[in-house]
Amino acid sequence: MMREIGMDRVNETRKQMLETVESTVLTHEQKVATMANLADSLLEVIDLPDGLDELLNQPIDRQCICDLSEGHAPLRPRYIVPDYQKFMREGSKFLQLDPPQDLYEAVNSLLIFYKHVPSVTNYPVYVGALDELLDPYVQDMDEAQAEKIIRLFLIHMDRTILDSFSHANIGPKATKAGSIILRVIGQMQDAVPNLSMKYDEEQTSDEFLRECVVTALHSAKPSFANHKMFVSELNEDYVIASCYNGLKYGGGSYTLSRLILGNIAKRATDTADFLNNQLPYVCQVMADYMDARIRFEVEESGFFENNFLAKEGFIHRDKFTAMFGMVGMAEAVDILMEKSGKSLRYGHDKEADDLAVQIMDKITAFNQNHTNPYCEATGGHFLLHAQVGIASDVNVTPGTRIPIGEEPEELIDHLRHCERFHKYFPSGTGDIFPIDATVHRNPEYVMDIIKGAMKEEIRYLSFYGSDSDVIRITGYLVKKSEIEKLEHGENVKHDTTALGLGAKHNGHILERKIR
Amino acid sequence: MTRNLREDKDRVPVNRILPFSSVDGPGNRTVVFLQGCGFDCKYCHNPETRNLCISCGDCVGKCPAHALHMVEGKVTFDPLVCCKCDTCIKTCTYGASPRIRWMNAQEVCSEVIKQKPFVRGVTISGGECTTYPDFLTHLLMLCREEGLGTLLDSNGSLLFENYPELLTVTDGVMLDIKAWDAREHQNVTGIDNGSVLKNMIYLAERNKLYEVRTVVVPELFNCEQTVRETARMLRPFLSRSQIRYKLICYRPMGVREAYSHYNIPSGELMQHLADAAHEEGMQDIIII
Repeated sequence: MMREIGMDRVNETRKQMLETVESTVLTHEQKVATMANLADSLLEVIDLPDGLDELLNQPIDRQCICDLSEGHAPLRPRYIVPDYQKFMREGSKFLQLDPPQDLYEAVNSLLIFYKHVPSVTNYPVYVGALDELLDPYVQDMDEAQAEKIIRLFLIHMDRTILDSFSHANIGPKATKAGSIILRVIGQMQDAVPNLSMKYDEEQTSDEFLRECVVTALHSAKPSFANHKMFVSELNEDYVIASCYNGLKYGGGSYTLSRLILGNIAKRATDTADFLNNQLPYVCQVMADYMDARIRFEVEESGFFENNFLAKEGFIHRDKFTAMFGMVGMAEAVDILMEKSGKSLRYGHDKEADDLAVQIMDKITAFNQNHTNPYCEATGGHFLLHAQVGIASDVNVTPGTRIPIGEEPEELIDHLRHCERFHKYFPSGTGDIFPIDATVHRNPEYVMDIIKGAMKEEIRYLSFYGSDSDVIRITGYLVKKSEIEKLEHGENVKHDTTALGLGAKHNGHILERKIR
Repeated sequence: MTRNLREDKDRVPVNRILPFSSVDGPGNRTVVFLQGCGFDCKYCHNPETRNLCISCGDCVGKCPAHALHMVEGKVTFDPLVCCKCDTCIKTCTYGASPRIRWMNAQEVCSEVIKQKPFVRGVTISGGECTTYPDFLTHLLMLCREEGLGTLLDSNGSLLFENYPELLTVTDGVMLDIKAWDAREHQNVTGIDNGSVLKNMIYLAERNKLYEVRTVVVPELFNCEQTVRETARMLRPFLSRSQIRYKLICYRPMGVREAYSHYNIPSGELMQHLADAAHEEGMQDIIII
């Protein structure tokens, strides 16, 4: 049922559409995507829960629930994780492609396929376990030739997938293709694709880990994912997609909304009111909202009946789940401490961090009690997600991170803090550490930290060289030189550069403590 | 309190425990800096670690955080209040620091193991760590029991041959070769280098020499001679153990004002010295 809207809203949207058409900064693709989102914003088809408007449609200093620009009538799931292995094995009828026979055909097929994988950004958020996908084709091939093809493949991706929420995976085992990919990425400094290596001390050799660390210090990727931890929660068929999201292979996530905990804390009279009244109330409204979105996607949008990805079995509806996100733990704890008359700070004082753990336990318990009929893949529950923030966030720290500028003096204390919170988020969390250039001479320093972290329930870590052009903003990569271009009013190809610019000014991401 | 701890013979003055370091041996390591050193190197980058505080009290009134107090004639230090501004160190005319904790091996070890499993080992530095050989032996034994690697950063003044138990619990030593010529060594450090060179061979023979390092200050000593002779002397041992030569570029940061005028060696000179070490057979050479 489509609800009526007023002409004033129509006219306001028409004005924004014309501004989009006439923009001097947006590229053509960015204009088309913005136009589509504006058109979508006029639809009113989802059964919105009571109380949502007051929590959702507010300025950033009061907003308690944020739906991350998913639109009013979702025509596809937010994140889609196709079974690329099946595609390589069987080809696709819809795309008129036979299974590839050599490396030329393999990269050609993948590049075609990527253009047909929708997402909230209109670009694929997962581009496959590239080492496993390509390894069979590089075995009997001249290595220099293979390297050249893979280089062109990666350049093609960076220049046509215009959004760095596009994620490739490698590991946990070393492969010939994996080494070539790392070598090529180490020679380039491109933002796309994002890259995670799955680390498992029993499967990953030191040599492979070292290659990954050296590449990361030069090119800000890969990041390092705790394979054992993800497998224990999602089984072997998981992937890392978008920023750092753990999702099921052949599935994805219908939707992602986020709690803005700091603003929920502002509503509370004290800690008890927050934990017992405000937080459960907002969690319930957000879960109801997500349920309604999922119902529309599954029962009304027709996506799962009609899209070739579903029809040909590259995705399965019952491998999808949804991500229950949160941001602003630091602000919430600091506000609640202040309301208790205590000057204790998140990330520095045990009592403050203990409260954060209590909040996480509360959110976890809520999620365990809430069920959705279409999240069978994850036991009927959503997966918790520490969201990395968006460009327009002001005074909202991503997930459970310690705010930039307030990082503990010693890295060990920072890691011990991560340890307390990463376990709550099977669909992703992560911390980022710029590393001083002198460490380039001692990659084993970073290797030791990664190995230790993976033993201590730290889920996901990213490093980049403090003098690198390509850097990790919050979960995605952006080139500092491209941010500068955009600041000077030039067009830039990746839409994530604009997010990086916002994060530079609102999120102070260039001021992280260097380790 | 402080005085009592000081009188406990098992305790040594600890200047600092650095949880993570990427430059004090392989991988990530915790570094323990002990206070006190028998050398008086002109280019010393942390001259406040040379001597023990004599409680003259000069620094107490100048501390902006009021972390220092005179109690029963002794300077005491409150680490919780300290703002790490280094005013006390800049004030001290005696090459000491009031920010010392008197700790025994067990206490140091329990601070070191907080970094497990993020570090692969511990490096004991200074000052000069071998000023306290019995403490060292005990500490490294405890760290080994915890599965941590053990390295010493030493100026080579203590003859290791007299401390076999210490060497048993030490994986390796990073040894400073501050000058080859004895008179030049005397000029740089105030002490001759007889025991340093004796230690170098003694350690290399036992596969306990992890690294030699030279701070390059061309105005103070013959750098090329030092690098060449050191490398030449180590050549026979390279076939059975890898020994790294670390060439450290002099920088004035932290150096006492009277000695902070030396020229910073050029990149070309550093490379020339690395090439010289290579010509003499060294394979693993790094410049920092």
